[in-house]
Order: sequence, then C-alpha cells, then structure tokens
Amino acid sequence: QEVRVSGRVTSSDDGSPLPGVNIAEKGTSNGTISDTNGNYGLAVKSGSTLIFSFVGYASQEVEIGGRTTIDIVLETDILALSEIVVVGYGQQEKKDITGAVTDISTKDFNRGVITSPQDLLVGKLAGVSVTTASGAPGSNATIRIRSGSSLNASNDPLIVIDGFPVERSVISGISNPLASINPNDIETFTVLKDASATAIYGNRASNGVIIITTKRGKAGKPVFNFNTALSFSTPIKYYDVLSGDEYRTLVNELAVDGISGINQTALDKLGTANTDWQREIYRTAVSSDNNLSASGSIKNIPFRASYGYTTQQGILRNTDLQRHSLNLSVTPLFLDNHLKVNLNVKGSNVVNNFGEQGAIGSAVTFDPTQPVRDPDSAFDGYFSWANLGAGQGGTSNPVAQLEQTDNVGTVNRILTNAEIEYKFHMLPELKLNVNAGLDYSESDGYNRVPITAEFLRVTNSGVTTTTGRDNTYSGVNRSALLDVYLNYAKEIGIQKFDVTAGFGEQTFLRERFSSSAFADGTNLREASDPSENYLRSFFGRLNYSLNDKYLITATIRNDLSSRFSKDNRSGLFPSIAVGWRIKDEAFLANVNFLSDLKVRASYGITGQQDIANDYPALALYTASDSLATYEFGGVNYVTLRPEEYDANIKWETTATYNLGVDFGMFENRLTGSVELYRKNTDDLLSNIQVPAGSNFSNFLDTNIGSIESKGVEVSLQGVPISNGKLTWNAGLNFTYATNEITKLLLVDNPDFLGLERGNVGVAQNIQNHQVGYAPFSFFTFQQVYDAAGKPIEGLFVNRSGDPTAVVGNNRNKYRYQKPVADYLIGVNSRVSYVNWDFAFSGRLSLGNYVYNNNLSGRAFYNNIYGLDHFRNVPRSIYDTDFVNQQQLSDYYVQDASFFKMDNMSLGYTLNDLFASKLKARFSLTVQNAFIVTKYDGIDPEVDGGIDNNIYPRPRVFLLGVNLDF
Amino acid sequence: CLGDLDLQPIDPDVTTSRSAYNSPEAYKQGLAKLYASFILTGQQGPAGNSDITTSDEGNSSFLRQMWNMEELTTDEAVWSYPNDFGGTIFNLHYHSWLPTDGIGAFAYARIMNSVVLANEYIRATAGSSDPDLQLYNTEARFIRALSYFYGLNLFGKMPFVTEANLPGAFLPEEIIRTDLFEYIESELLAIQDEMGEPKFEYGRADKAACSMLLAKLYLNAEVYLGAGNERYTQAITELNKVITGPYSLAPNYLNNFLADNNTSPELIFSFNSDGRYSQSYSAVWTIIKGNAGNGGFSGLRTTSALVGKFAPTDPRAHFLKEDVGQSLEIEAVNNTKQGYGVNKFRNVTSTGQIPDDGTDFIDTDYPLFRLGDAYLMYAEAVLRGGTGGDINTAVGYINQLRNRSGDPAIGNITSGQLTLDFILDERARELYWEGHRRTDLIRFGQFTGDTYLWPWKGGVSEGIASEPFRSLFPIPADDRALNPNLTQNAGYPGGN
Repeated sequence: QEVRVSGRVTSSDDGSPLPGVNIAEKGTSNGTISDTNGNYGLAVKSGSTLIFSFVGYASQEVEIGGRTTIDIVLETDILALSEIVVVGYGQQEKKDITGAVTDISTKDFNRGVITSPQDLLVGKLAGVSVTTASGAPGSNATIRIRSGSSLNASNDPLIVIDGFPVERSVISGISNPLASINPNDIETFTVLKDASATAIYGNRASNGVIIITTKRGKAGKPVFNFNTALSFSTPIKYYDVLSGDEYRTLVNELAVDGISGINQTALDKLGTANTDWQREIYRTAVSSDNNLSASGSIKNIPFRASYGYTTQQGILRNTDLQRHSLNLSVTPLFLDNHLKVNLNVKGSNVVNNFGEQGAIGSAVTFDPTQPVRDPDSAFDGYFSWANLGAGQGGTSNPVAQLEQTDNVGTVNRILTNAEIEYKFHMLPELKLNVNAGLDYSESDGYNRVPITAEFLRVTNSGVTTTTGRDNTYSGVNRSALLDVYLNYAKEIGIQKFDVTAGFGEQTFLRERFSSSAFADGTNLREASDPSENYLRSFFGRLNYSLNDKYLITATIRNDLSSRFSKDNRSGLFPSIAVGWRIKDEAFLANVNFLSDLKVRASYGITGQQDIANDYPALALYTASDSLATYEFGGVNYVTLRPEEYDANIKWETTATYNLGVDFGMFENRLTGSVELYRKNTDDLLSNIQVPAGSNFSNFLDTNIGSIESKGVEVSLQGVPISNGKLTWNAGLNFTYATNEITKLLLVDNPDFLGLERGNVGVAQNIQNHQVGYAPFSFFTFQQVYDAAGKPIEGLFVNRSGDPTAVVGNNRNKYRYQKPVADYLIGVNSRVSYVNWDFAFSGRLSLGNYVYNNNLSGRAFYNNIYGLDHFRNVPRSIYDTDFVNQQQLSDYYVQDASFFKMDNMSLGYTLNDLFASKLKARFSLTVQNAFIVTKYDGIDPEVDGGIDNNIYPRPRVFLLGVNLDF
Repeated sequence: CLGDLDLQPIDPDVTTSRSAYNSPEAYKQGLAKLYASFILTGQQGPAGNSDITTSDEGNSSFLRQMWNMEELTTDEAVWSYPNDFGGTIFNLHYHSWLPTDGIGAFAYARIMNSVVLANEYIRATAGSSDPDLQLYNTEARFIRALSYFYGLNLFGKMPFVTEANLPGAFLPEEIIRTDLFEYIESELLAIQDEMGEPKFEYGRADKAACSMLLAKLYLNAEVYLGAGNERYTQAITELNKVITGPYSLAPNYLNNFLADNNTSPELIFSFNSDGRYSQSYSAVWTIIKGNAGNGGFSGLRTTSALVGKFAPTDPRAHFLKEDVGQSLEIEAVNNTKQGYGVNKFRNVTSTGQIPDDGTDFIDTDYPLFRLGDAYLMYAEAVLRGGTGGDINTAVGYINQLRNRSGDPAIGNITSGQLTLDFILDERARELYWEGHRRTDLIRFGQFTGDTYLWPWKGGVSEGIASEPFRSLFPIPADDRALNPNLTQNAGYPGGN
C-alpha cells in the first residue's frame, strides 16, 4: 500500500529552507530531492522509513508511521560520518567508501589564506604535503600525495575544480596555477589517495587527485557575506652576515697575509659605510583581502555570486600581486526536478609584480662598507663596483636591482563548465550526466631594466657597456572538456548496485611567445613554441553492497593519449576494492564504546603520460633560433636538427595496494583512520641516459626504471569537550613514507654512479638518482672533523679504497640523506567558548635534509675578494675557517627537521546585531607564528632541498572582519 | 568529438622527418647543424634546447671540452676553479682523471652526437643526383670522420655506428683503435676527390681540410697503431697538397686569432663564431672571456714552462704579466693571480675595432687547421724520415713562420738546428692554446712519464711523472654502464 508523504526541509542553522536534500525510501532506490523552497513529495510504502541526507548536515532516518506530512530540521553536522563525499564522476556516502579518501571543508581550513588555495591544506591531511616554493606573493606550491610516483614525469596530483580537471602547466606571467582561484570561494577539498579512488581518473591519477568544490547557492532569500582582512607581513629572520665594521676588521686581518689576494689596492676600495643590505631590501608589507558574496535564489533558481579583490605586497620591495576574482554558480532544477544543472563560471585577473629576486642573494653578498647611493655613480646614482673599475663578475647593488627592475605579468583566466544531470522519467534509477567546460587563460608580461642599470652589462675586450633589458612574453592555455556518463543505482532487497559508465575527452593547447632584447631594442631574440595534446577515455565503476556491510568497488578505465603512437596509445587501468563494516555485525552491536569500524583493502593500476614533451614518439626536426645559426661564406644559416625519439614510448604504470581501517569511538567523539600503502611504478617515463651512438641525444624520453613507495598514515579527530558553551575539536595526522628507486637503467650496473641532479655550480651537482636510494639523494664527499668537531678543510673519507686522491674521484662520494621528510605530523586544534574561538595548526617534519648552498657558496675566506671587488661573508665562516670553497662536503647537508606553527587564530563573534540581521566575527591571525629547528638557514622548509637565495616566507599578522547579513 | 589522436606538431619551427627536407635551403640548414655541432651546444643561442643533456650546457660544447683535454693536461693552460665538474677538473692538471669524471664524458657524448647527426644526414642525402646534395653528403662523411678522429685521438676506441644504424635504444658495438684508424683513413680517401675545391666557401671543409685531417692521422700513426707503423711519407703527400694550394700565411701572426680572422688567408678550416648570430660558451669564449688579466672571469692562465720557451723578442708571445697583476709562477692552482694570462685570442679586429655586436659573445673563429700548422707538420714528417719532402724546404717554412711578424726578427734557424726537440718547442711557440699540445707531447713521448715535467704535472708544483696509460682517456663510466659492449682502456678501473 502506497502513501504520499510531503513536507519541508529546513536548516537548524537559521531555519532557511534546504534545497537539493536527498530523500530516499530506505532499502529501495525510490527517492527524490527537495526543491528550491525545501519542499518535497514522495510516494512510499506505508510503514517505511525515509532517509534525509545533505552535504554538511547529519543524515536523519524517520519512520513515517501514519504520517503524510513530515517537516524535517537538519542539523549541521560536526561529527558527520555519513556525509556525502564528492568522488570522481559522482558522489558517494562516506560510509560506503572503500578507497583512501579524505576531505576537508571550510571550517577546517587554515585561516588567513588569501592568494594560494593550496595553503588552506598545509598540515591538515595525512599523506598530503604542501610546500610553498617561497614567500613571494602568489608563489607556487608543490603538492605531493604519498610522495609522488614518478621520476621525470609529473609528480603533481590531478586537480579537479568543480568537475573540471585543470591543466597542470603554468602559464607565463603567474607562478601558481591555483593563484587565479579565490580561496574564499572554496567549500571542500577531497583528496583521493589510493588506486581504488583514483583509477576512475586513470590517465592522470598516479599521483593522487584533489577535487576542489566551490561554494554553491542555497535557495531562499538572498543572504550576503562580506569579509575583509588587513595584514602585515615581516621578515622572520635575516642571514647573519658581517656588519660594515666587522667586515673592515676582518679584511684588514686577511690583508696581512694577502689571503684572497687582498693587497693595498684592494684595501683602498673599502668604504666607510655600515650598510645592512638586507634591511634595505625588505619591508613590512601591507596586504588586504576583500570578498563580497551573495547567495540565495532568484525566481527559484539558486545562485551564488562572489567578487573578491586582493592586493598583496611582498616583503621584498617592489614585489606584489593584485587579484580580482568573480565567481558565479547557478544550480537550477528543471522538468519536475529531473534535470539538474550546475553552471559554474570563474573569472579572474591577476597582476603579479615579480620584481628582481636576484636582490636577495646580492643583499647577503654585497660589501657592507659601501653606501646605497653614491653621488659620483654613473648608474642612476647607485653605488656600483663598476665605478671602481671592477669588471665582469662583480656583485650588484641589491637596491639598484630592486628599484630599476620592472617585471610584471598579467593573467586573465576563465574557467567555466556546465554539469547537467538528467534523471530519466521512465527510469529514475538511471541518470545521464554531461559535463562540458572550457579553461582558458591568457597572459602577457614584461621584464624591463633601463640601460642606466649597472647590473646588466657586457664586457668586450675590456670595455664594459650596460645593456638593460626589454623582455616581453605572452601565452595562452586552453583546455576543453567533454564528459558523458550514465549512472544506474538500484536496490534489490539487501543488495545495492551503483553502476557508472561513460567516456570523456580533453584537449590541451599551450602557446608561448617570448622576446628578449637589450633596452635599446638590439640583440632581439624571439621564440614561440605552441604545443598540444589530447586525451580520450572510457571509464566504468561498479559499487556493490550487501546488507550495507560488505562493500565492493570495481573501476576500469581505458585511456588513449596523443603522446604515444597508435600501437601504444591505449592504457587499461583497473581497480578493485572491498570494504567490511564490522561495526554493523551482530557481534559488535553491544560494544558500546565503538561507534564505527570499517576495514578496507584495495588494489589498482593507474597510468601516467604527463611529460614535458608532447610528441615523444615522433621523428621531428627543430630549427635553431636566430642566435644559434652557423656561418658559411659570410651568410648565417639557421640550423636544422633531428630530435631524439622513441617510437615505442608508452604508458608509465603504478600499481597501488592500500589497506585501511576507519573507526569511531564514544559516539564518534573520536574518529580516525589508519592507512598502509605500497606503490610500485614501472616503465617510468624517464628522460634517461641511453648508450652513446644509439639516438640523436644522450638522453631520451623512454620507459625505463621503477620506483617503490611505501607508507603509513594515521588521522585522528576528536571532540574532547562539547557542551553548550565550550567546544574543543582537535586533530592529529601522522605520515611515514619512503620512496626508493628500484630500477634505473636498461641493465642496472653497480658501477654506474647514478644520474646527476641538483645543479649548484659549473657542471656541479649535489644530488643523485641511484638504485636503492630515494630520488634526489644528496651525493657528497664525507667530511672529516678534528677532535674539536671542526671540519678539516679538504679532508674527506676515502670511501672507494682507490689509491688516488680522495677529492676529484667521484667514487669517493656517497649518498647522504635526502630532501624529503620521513615523518610528517600535523596537529590542529579549535576551541570555542561562548563567543570566543581560538585555533591553531602546526606541523612537525622529521628527517628532511637541506643542502645549505647559501653557506657553501659564500663562507670561505677566498671568497672575500676577487675579480677586483669585495663580497660579504656569513658569520658562520668562523665555524669552519675554510679558506677555499668546500662545496661538495656533506658538512653542508644539514638536518632541517622542524616544527612550524603555521597558523594561530583568535576570533570573537557577535550575533544578533541590528535586530538579528547581522552577524559579525572579528579575528586576529598569525601565520608562520614560529619555527623550531636546528637548521641555521632562514627557513628549513626548502622545496627540492637546495637552499639558495629563496624569497623568505614572512610572518603575517592578519586582522579580519566577517559580516553575514 | 576529436578525430584520431595522431597529432602533428603545431610549432612552425618544428617539422617531422618526412617534411623536414622539403626545400633546398633545408638541406643546407641540415648541413650547417653538422658543422655547428662542434662549437654550438643547441638550438638556442647561447644556450637552450641543448643537443645533449648534461649538468651544464654551456660547458658541454665539444670545442670547450676537447680544448680542456688537449690543453689543461699540459704545460700550456691552468684552470682556476677546482669545484667545477663535481671537483674533478683539476684531475686534468694532475694527470689523475678517472672514468667517472664529467669532462671526458661531455666530450665523448658530443663526439658521438656529431656522428649520429652526420649519419642521419648521410641517410637523408643518399643517392641524390643533385650535385649540391652530393657535395653535402660528402661533407657529412668528412664531419663524421673528423668526429671519429677525435674519438681515436682522445679515447682510442669508440662505439661504432654508421648510417646503417637507425636511431633507437640499442647497444652499439665497439670499434678498436686500429680498426677505427683504418675506417677514418678509408672514408677520407674515398671522399677526398669529391670534396669542394680549396676556399670554395668559408666555413666548409674542402680538399685541403681533408688532406690536413689525413696528414694528422698519418703523422700520429705510430701512436694510434703502435711503433713501426709510420705513415710519414703519406703525411708529406697530403701536406704537399695543402701547401701548394691557395692558402698563404697571414702577414701578421695575430690576424689568425682576432675577430676578423675569417679574412685570414691562412685558415684552412675553422669552427665559426659570431657575437650576434652564433653564440656559445665554447672554448673560444672561455679563452677570451675567461683569461686572467684581461678583466674577464679569470678562469685560465698558463705555466712558466710555456712562457720560458719564448725568446724575449718573439712576436708570438702574447702574455698578460705583472703589469696587470699576474705573477709568473703558480703556487696555488686556484689562485687566479698566479700564472700569466694569454692574450693571443682577442675579440677585436686586425684594425683594432671592437665588433659592434654589443653582446657578451665573440666573433673570433676557432682555427682548427691553419697553414702554419701544415708547415710545422711538414718539417716534422721530413725529420722523422718521410719521403717526398726535403729538409731545406722545411727550414724555409719554419723561418717564414718565425719571421712573418718581422719586427723585431727572432732570427732564422739553420738545417742543423732543426731537430725533433726544436720542432716540439716551436710547435708550442707557434700553436699554443690552439688545442694541439697533448697530441704533440704524446707523439714526442713527453706527455706521461718523467721525460718532461712542468708545473703541477702529477699534482705537485714542480711536476712529477705520470703513468704511461694516461696517454689515452678512459671510456666514460656512464657509457660503459649503459653499454656492456664497451671495454675500458688499460690502466683504468675495469680496464686491461
């Protein structure tokens, strides 16, 4: 017997109607969605139970009893376990998930992030590391999920924004492809880590997937939010170098023995000033971030529109970033709610002033006895060594570098897509989804220096002339997407099926144009290199559950990449996962402290084809540019070169095993998960050395090598206290990961010293890839120390046993440590008491090492004077007293383990202002609050492990106001 | 929906192998690449889009590393920066180089790269009836022979690939030194008559260049093939062809080493530079920009052993001395102020003009083969017993070289003074810093051992003996690891 039940769903927050809530008849596939006013109607069997579920709210099950009208108030869910999670090509209830999937939403984000969305995630998720490249405004960040699985191909995760997988390559004129997305518009990040979760994105999923979902409108009367923040950034620390007075003393001492060639001619060049060059180039930077959004419905169409304006100054003078962003999302329902449309348009304009970051190194090096300005200078009044006759190789006045450089890029981006879901009228279990979109960016920029600048010059037959610079560039990135898939969900008794199948295509076009010239327009060189690649995919997924306890997910994807030849184009990527909700078994029913327990296991294969070369399988010829021509008989001919290629290049594949346990205790006051994984990547897409004579270069893009990664991840979230006034949320995540090269060459040979990486000088490398070691391990001589623990200059351990001198024999080098941490531990806490709230988030990184190139390149006495000019030295020169440079010593590979307090925030909320029409929150946030480390550089967090003149990350104090009305 | 996924490049600077040679100009561009492969490093000037992947593209120019191997291992040149090449560059001075050093590996990779580029070009131009293309094809064979000659001279044996080997990821076979000698000789003899007439186009190898290469092969035949295998008569035959040709001595010695040396009548074959259109960090760049005492980066000086070979009035001695802060003796190899600079190569024209390129790069071409060298080779081949020449002619040639710059004359020599020892020293005075010194010292038995010691040979300031096996460089460890077909030279780890 059927009855029709109807009613209205509202939010416990503010009583507003909730549209889009899923209402299902329990144990069947029968269901509906609430309309824009929160109303629903559904015919069900009498005596059945309705399940109401909606993202961000606790699901409710309601027995209808004899009722025909059921109004429901959904509670916002702090302890949500049965949330809906966005996964590839669809959504899933968290409890049904069998793969390693974690998500994080607005309330958990790091506070005070204004330009780089990935900063919202720093330290928050096990197995996910986010390292910003530097403290420059809009600086890029490296995201690694489970440490990446490739050697030469990309290790970046696939980023999907509202269903659109975005281009990885950065357009010129911006450093960070995500900097064009306003962090304020982001609702959730979902991170897919294991193959079961990612294989549906087969072709680009080997390094994990991050799905970003932006905020959507809620139906109802439009509500507004305005937030604004004003922030002040300051340098945390300066390099400890000698002051002018200290330097004069040292130089006079060295002159006694003529060390570094210092004689009277040299001493005559010393100045009388005491200039702290670092303080001349840095400043307290002021930034502001302003966002206005409106959300609600107009004529029953839910929408959200937002506008953001950010202006950020860098602590290095003459660096800044401005961004305007506009975000519109419209989510109408048509055809009796059978047709759901989700239209997203994101536009942004970013103007990034990159300045001259070379000033950072110059400020450490430049002679502190010289003044910033010199009335006799021929170079716009800046003191310059050229005044004193120093020639090529002289260091440059950092203030001149900053002030005379005009280096600005502008990027406009529009990312738009429409997701259309049609539920068939005849067969509501069947849904057709179409997702079509376009991501288009265009950029242009310039980098100019006037001819009066001393720091750009050429020396010809002893005559030095300045050149200035007039460089310009422009670029286009265009990516178009079409996905079409069908989804069929059916419940038969205690069995649930959910089947998805479809196909997709995506194209990527990249165009770059650049020109470089001297300031007067001479020496012009122009270059352009347009390139494109296509992907075509067929994919399918089956979710099956028995009795809601036994879960199976199987996916398969077939990908075709234009990068490979017809014969090798196709890659097949399957995965299978099983889950067991043990808590639902009868034998645990009475174990009361345990509120949830699930174990999961998965295995799957994913693929990789994302390498820099779009045509690695084609025999191509490249013409030279106009500066690399060759002269015959007075005529310069462009040259034509055949390119190396491998006609048989194919997919790199990664097999991932994952074992996971999810648990909840004490009514889910404490929840967590533990993951164990192993990833084996084979047929690495390497740019690898091939036998001399076998191809048109000594390195070739081909499939050689293997990598193995293993790890353990633990996440815990708890609510130790929750009562009417006081709530305390705390979270901890722990990651242990290793990464090892297991095969590198066609025929591995112990005599092969490995592939050199990490250039730190003239044909000089400090890192190395070798079988049995982590990628980018440091490759150095082993320093010998005296009894007092001081390194002995030039004395290294003979590790090879060769009778020859130790230095100069690469076989005496060894692999000493690596840049990537062994352990990452994130902690975060949020306490709210009545109107006050306090939150912090910090990170402990253990086992990460850094090569301190700032010291190795400077801290030796022979560096002080040379090429007719002086250079300052770090004070730590007294720790070693090195006379000559010891660049290849492991002394400079330093333990850079650290604890960073990334974020501390205090807030006060005022409710019910102006007759309940206004809610306000005031906050004070400190980013980069403090660092605990033994490392003696400015910042132990160095992406890639070579610390050399990195734009320092500032400490930021941020005052914010958030208004809801 | 997309059609098939067979994408073709959309960059107008990139073509496929099928369409690359769709015009006569394209063939000349392909030929230009073969010549450029010795001095330039890639498709962007001065660096970028490198032909080979190394840790430092600018340093990987064939000419720069060949020059380092021929000069830094001798009394003629000293480098200043010990950390370069992972701290192995001073191994050249100390005669302690190893298979794992970078410098040998760079030169070796460049040699083989020039070979495979030539092979591809030979395939592309094979069988043409077009006389231009036939000539290009012949020159490509010369380029390949020249590349293998450097392999023969520096490493002895090499991986061996010809136009029959298509590109892939295979393991090339090894060719031993005697077979490589015969291969180079047979190739040069086969193409000799097909090469262009002398001076037909500046920058391209002609019949005289082919004869010079043959003459160098023959003059050093006892080194390559073992004692008793002399080819001095054949050397004189080839040198006579060169000397009777249209080449003549430049009236002024220095004119061979200046920015307009392309106008010198003496250059038989050169690797060409242009400060504006042909930029690289090759050896010509380092010996001009990196010379101590001239305001450059002070990478290079020379030893007192070379300076001491010159009479005070010798007009060929161009050193940067105490007046610019350089001292004669070298007490510390890394002290840029110790050791004279060499001011022979310059980026000014013979009339004193600085090229108006306004760049950091230079116009001076690298004189690989010049008539002055041919004169000295002739004299040596005659002295060593070759027939077809005579001692008086030889003395006449030597005196022309000594006196061409005239004022003040350093005096004629007599036939009695023309000894092998004199020739070796005279070659140093005439040809220093031109990349011949190591080959010469080996031919005269003075490179290794204790017959001749110079400052810092063997790693000590006064010089000590080095092991005899060092007259060959080791096969780079990397390539041996990659290619099990390759064996190591005797004396080195893994060699026999």
